[in-house]
Amino acid sequence: MNVDWLLEHSPALIIVLPLLAAFLTPIIDKFSKKARNAFVIAVLIIEEILVIFLAHDVFTNGIHIYTMGAANPTETVPAQAAVPIRIVLEVDGMSIFMALISATVSLAAAIYSLAYIEEEKGKGKFYTLLLLVLVGMLGMELTGDMFNMFVFLEVLSIACAALIAYRSHFGDSVEGAFKFLIISSIAALFVLFAIALLYAQYDLLNIAALASAINYTHLDKIALVLLIAAFAMKCGAVPMHFWTPDAYSVAPSSITAMLVAASQASLYALFRVCFTLYGVTLNLATIGAVIIIFGLLSMFVGVTMAIPQKDIKRLMAYHAISQTGYMLLGVGVGLYLLTKPEFSSYGIKAMEGGIFHIINHAMYKGLLFLTAGAIYYRLKTRNLNEMGGLGHSMKYTSIFFIIGALAIAGIPPFNGFASKLLIYEAAYKVSPILSIIAMLVSILTLASFVKVFHSAFMGPKIHDVEEVPKSMLAGMAVLTFVIILFGLFPGWVVSNIVHPAAQALADQAAYIQAVLGG
Amino acid sequence: MLRTTGGYWDPVLWIIGFIVIAIIAYIIRGFGRKDYKGGEQLKPYLSGVEEPSKEEVHIRAGNIYWGFMEALKGYYDAMMKIHTGIINDYIAWFVGISALLFIAVFLVEVI
Repeated sequence: MNVDWLLEHSPALIIVLPLLAAFLTPIIDKFSKKARNAFVIAVLIIEEILVIFLAHDVFTNGIHIYTMGAANPTETVPAQAAVPIRIVLEVDGMSIFMALISATVSLAAAIYSLAYIEEEKGKGKFYTLLLLVLVGMLGMELTGDMFNMFVFLEVLSIACAALIAYRSHFGDSVEGAFKFLIISSIAALFVLFAIALLYAQYDLLNIAALASAINYTHLDKIALVLLIAAFAMKCGAVPMHFWTPDAYSVAPSSITAMLVAASQASLYALFRVCFTLYGVTLNLATIGAVIIIFGLLSMFVGVTMAIPQKDIKRLMAYHAISQTGYMLLGVGVGLYLLTKPEFSSYGIKAMEGGIFHIINHAMYKGLLFLTAGAIYYRLKTRNLNEMGGLGHSMKYTSIFFIIGALAIAGIPPFNGFASKLLIYEAAYKVSPILSIIAMLVSILTLASFVKVFHSAFMGPKIHDVEEVPKSMLAGMAVLTFVIILFGLFPGWVVSNIVHPAAQALADQAAYIQAVLGG
Repeated sequence: MLRTTGGYWDPVLWIIGFIVIAIIAYIIRGFGRKDYKGGEQLKPYLSGVEEPSKEEVHIRAGNIYWGFMEALKGYYDAMMKIHTGIINDYIAWFVGISALLFIAVFLVEVI
């Protein structure tokens, strides 16, 4: 096996490796629990390395194509056919950017879970499902095929629902999973119906081929609405967000961190549909405005609903909705300006801000959910009214929480500030009111996390507890490291990772050309 | 250094500035009275009433921002009303928003 072979087949390997590992995990579990843990962590570390390896290639050499089942993986259109008929994995800057997030959060969540679910039953199944969640996310992000995206969306939704209900002895876990499953099923049917409408017209499923053929007919518009509604709901956009606090709050905390990344995979699908599948054929002003309105509603309703919460994870779930609003706002502004001359000056900056915020949010919201899990691990409660004084005994968790809270509130020098600054300034050019709302939401976010910090960590020592086990601290440390790194070097991150992702999303022609040539 | 629409953001420069300001603040603090440490002056003045224990006065999460929520009572009442926790309502919102999107997309063409 040489490096070139590995690089050539890496898109397929990135999906296949955790898929095979998922089914091997219960078998290894029968023989040794330690071997199972070591196997899962080793697979996720290899996965992370593979994703970084492919990311380096994509950011250096451009789009990476992989045709499943073809003798030559770069042969997207077979000689005897006029269009792509096989499943094509198309990895551009945006796809690999999302894959980096999914792989990193999954690794941190798995390390954290080693101690976190130690006392639970069915750990073999837990890790199998965790790997399947990763498969679902990566499949959605790397595929260049609409039907394939639907299949991975289903894999992701079913695995997530099973993990939300993992602690099935709690009634609310089963209820949260049930709601998630019902709402996901309906969203999936919307997606499937939209794909059927497109396939009926164009005989195509490949995204690039569809993008080149799409005419924005009435049927295309119906498909567009179904896709936007389904993916906006799956990413938790207001007013279709109601399932989010129900599901996020009852899942094991490591899984909640992964649910954040899973929601972002749907956000990615939403952006992919708008920018790549429909692109310039869209009525950009209308759809851009729709995305911006979703963003504003999500930001404001999310944060204001977080403030009265007494359940620490419900509170954080509402903040996840609020932060998704920033991403929708940033990228929505980019979509709104896509064909206008302003795009090259501040439209692309808005998109960079929104996309940078995706990775920042995955890291700090993942970290915050892990700290909430650490508190639950010791106190066995999510009720903030029953907490207090934990800073005396859980010093490392307190520090991790402070870093996560400052980052989400957009306090310099943490990473949240850099992405929010890009969004504030670019959105201001479209309308100052957008920036004012975004800044107000940041202030309310800080206020909300001051409440959590005061309630949980400050005050006299009420509970006689110890710090959480080292593997849980290690999981939190992985995400904290990324937060600090991205906070200190935002220029490097934007230039080398975020800008190529934004450029890839905006450049529909390059995406089409990579598959169809010409 | 991160280039933004209106300028730039350099966290390293910010940290250096923060440290310089912190040092200046520490030096100014050094000019304060050395004897102002401990004693009666650090206790809260409660008109002669004995100070309750810290456990008793620790403000719980349910009481924080009570005034904020009271001021926005109308907004919160409406918000709580739509957050029913019932899956039927979730789906109704989903379908309703989809219908609104249909209207938005098609109406623009007509106008």
